[in-house]
Amino acid sequence: MSHATAAAEFVADVDRARWHDRALWFVRSKRDKCAQQLPEWEALRERASLVKQHTASRMAEYLEEFERNAVALGAVVHWARDAAEHNAIVYGLLKERGIQRVVKSKSMLTEECGLNPLLESKGLEVVDTDLGEWIVQLRHEHPSHIVMPAIHVKKQEVGELFHEKLGTTAGSTDEKYLVGAARAELRSKFLAGTAGITGVNFAIAETGGFVVCTNEGNADLGASLPALHIASMGIEKLIPRMADLGVFLRLLARSATGQPITTYSSHFHGPKPGGELHIVLVDNGRSKLLANEELRRSLNCIRCGACMNTCPVYRRSGGHSYGVTVPGPIGSVLYPARDMQAHKSLPDACSLCGSCTDVCPVKIPLHHQLLAWRKTLVKAKVTPWHMRAAMSVVGGVMARPWLFRLGGKLGRFALRWSPRWLTYNGLNPWGAQREMPPAAKQTFSKLYDDGIGHGSARMDGIDKDQNKLD
Amino acid sequence: MTARETILEAVRRAQPEAMPLPALEGDWIRYDDPVAQFCAVLEAIGSRAVVVGSIEAAQATLEALPEYEAAQRVFSAVEGIGRTTLDANAVATPHELASLEVAILPGELAVAENGAVWVTDLGLRHRVTPFICELLVLVVPKHAMVHTMHEAYQRISAPRRPDGSPAFGVFIAGPSKTADIEQSLVIGAHGPKESLVLLTE
Ligand code: SF4
Repeated sequence: MSHATAAAEFVADVDRARWHDRALWFVRSKRDKCAQQLPEWEALRERASLVKQHTASRMAEYLEEFERNAVALGAVVHWARDAAEHNAIVYGLLKERGIQRVVKSKSMLTEECGLNPLLESKGLEVVDTDLGEWIVQLRHEHPSHIVMPAIHVKKQEVGELFHEKLGTTAGSTDEKYLVGAARAELRSKFLAGTAGITGVNFAIAETGGFVVCTNEGNADLGASLPALHIASMGIEKLIPRMADLGVFLRLLARSATGQPITTYSSHFHGPKPGGELHIVLVDNGRSKLLANEELRRSLNCIRCGACMNTCPVYRRSGGHSYGVTVPGPIGSVLYPARDMQAHKSLPDACSLCGSCTDVCPVKIPLHHQLLAWRKTLVKAKVTPWHMRAAMSVVGGVMARPWLFRLGGKLGRFALRWSPRWLTYNGLNPWGAQREMPPAAKQTFSKLYDDGIGHGSARMDGIDKDQNKLD
Repeated sequence: MTARETILEAVRRAQPEAMPLPALEGDWIRYDDPVAQFCAVLEAIGSRAVVVGSIEAAQATLEALPEYEAAQRVFSAVEGIGRTTLDANAVATPHELASLEVAILPGELAVAENGAVWVTDLGLRHRVTPFICELLVLVVPKHAMVHTMHEAYQRISAPRRPDGSPAFGVFIAGPSKTADIEQSLVIGAHGPKESLVLLTE
C-alpha cells in the first residue's frame, strides 16, 4: 500500500489526526526549549556529525577494535549479515539454555528483524517491557514511532486494553493508575524472565562497552535480573571513544523528548558477575548504504525521533502509514535503499520543507536525500508512468520560455473560465481537499519586469492591488 | 566466508575516504552556580537534591522522609547514612531484592547541566540494586559537581573492580518515568518511584 493510501485512512478520522498532530508538536516544542537553553547547540550538532562521519570512514577498524575489547571484557560477539541470521543467533542462544521466557527492552533493530514473531512461533514468551511498546504488543500492532511507540493510541483505548488484559477498572483512563497496573504486571515478568534482550544506543570501540538509554529503567531490570543478556546492535551504532558520549548524550534526549538527559544512561562493560553477555552485530543492508555516497550519512542516525516529531507529513499521517519500522523522514530515506519497488512512495511523503534537516542532531541532510531519492526513482523508472510522463511534459515546458508563457496564458484563461468540474475531479488530487486559489491577474514575469525585483515599496502596491486573494 | 568476514569486507569496500576525528574540547556552557543549576534541573524532572552540611544532617534529611520512615526493607551502602535492614550484598540472587524499599548508594559525580549522577556497581553484589528499589537515595560529595557531560567523561572511564574485572556504570537523573500514555508524565514506571540526591560538604 502506498503511503498516500494508508495516510488517507488515518486522516479520515479528522479529530484523531488533529490530536496526533498536536501531541507531536508538543514534543517538538519541548525539544526547541531544551535546545535553546544551550548556547553551544549548533556546535554540538556539528561535532556529533563529524564524529559519526569519521567513524563511518573507518568503520571496519572500529568494529574490529570494539569486538576485541568486548571479548576481553568477557562478552561473546556474534556477526549477522541479515535479519534471518540475527534471529537464528538469538534463538540458538535461548534454545541451548532451554530458555522459555524473555524480557525485551525497546530495540528497533529486533523489530526490524522480526525477532518477536520468530521466537513466538517457537513457543517462547516474549514481553516488550517498554510501556509504549508493550501497549502495541498487546494490541498486536507495531510501534508507530521509534521513541514513543504508542503515540497513536488514546488513553481511553489503553484503559480498555488494560481492562481486558489486566482486569483494571472498566472505563478508567487515569494514567497513574494505568501505569501502576502495568508496573505490577511487568514486574512479575521481569522476575520470571530468564533472558534479557536489549538494543544498543552507542557502542564504544575504545572500551568494548555499550550504552543503553531509557526513562523507565526497563532495560536495566531486564538485563540485570536474568543471567543472560543479549544486546542486538546495528553496526552503525559505533563511536570511537567513551568521551564522545559527552556529545551524544547531550543531544539525544534533548532532541528526542526535550529532556536534558534520559533517566538512565547505562554503560555495560562485560557481563555481570556470574552472568553471560552476548552482543550481536547486525549488517542487514547497512554496509550497502555505507557504499552509497549520497545516502551514507543516514547511517549517522541516533534514532532520536526529532525528524518525525517535526515533520508536517508524519504528524498528520501517523507512523503506521509508512508501513516500516522506522517511519518519518529518516525511514523514507532508509527503506527505499532496501527495496526500491516496495517503498517507492515514501520519498513523496515529504513537502521538502527541510524542518527535519534543521532539527536532526547529527545533521543528516534528510530533505536533500529525499529529493535525491525522487530523482533516482524517476531514473530507475520506479515512479509510476503517469507521474514520469507529467514530469517530462513539465520539464519540456520549463526548458522553452515561449512555451511556458503560452501555457501560462492558456492556464489563466482556463482557470477563470472553465467549468468547476474540470478542476475539481478525481484526476486532480490538489483539488480534493482544498479550494484552488484564484489565478493572479498578472504573471510573475510581468510583475518582475515592473519592478518587484527592485524594492519592497513596489511589492506593497502589488500586494494591495493585484495579487490579493479573497 | 564467515558472516564476520563478509561484513568486514563489505564495510571496508564501502568506507568513504578517511575523515579526521574531531577533538572534544569546546566552548561548552559553564554555570555561575552549578550546584543551584543541578538542584533546579532535578526539581524540574521530578526529583530533589538537598545540600547537607554533614553526615548527621544527611541522616536527618533522610529521616524526615515519610517513605523512609515507613520502610521495612532498607539497604545502605553509605557509611553513617541510613540503617540497613535488608543487606542487598548478602542475598544470593538479585530476585531476592524484589521487595527492597529503599537503597542508599554513593554517587561518584553529579552533572549540573542535566541532574545526572554517575553510579557504579563497585561495592554492590547485584547491579540491579539502584533499579529495583522504590526510593533511591544517592549521596554525592558537593565538590564532585561538574558543569557538563564533557567534563563528566574527563573524570570517569569504564569502571573496573579491584581485581581488574569490568564493572557497570550508569548516569541516573531522577526517578523512573514514562510518558507513553498520551504524553502524560507518570513517575515510577518500572524502577524507583522517588529519588533524592544528598550533596554532602
Ligand atoms: S535522522 Fe536525525 S532527527 Fe531523525 S531520528 Fe535520526 S538522528 Fe533523529
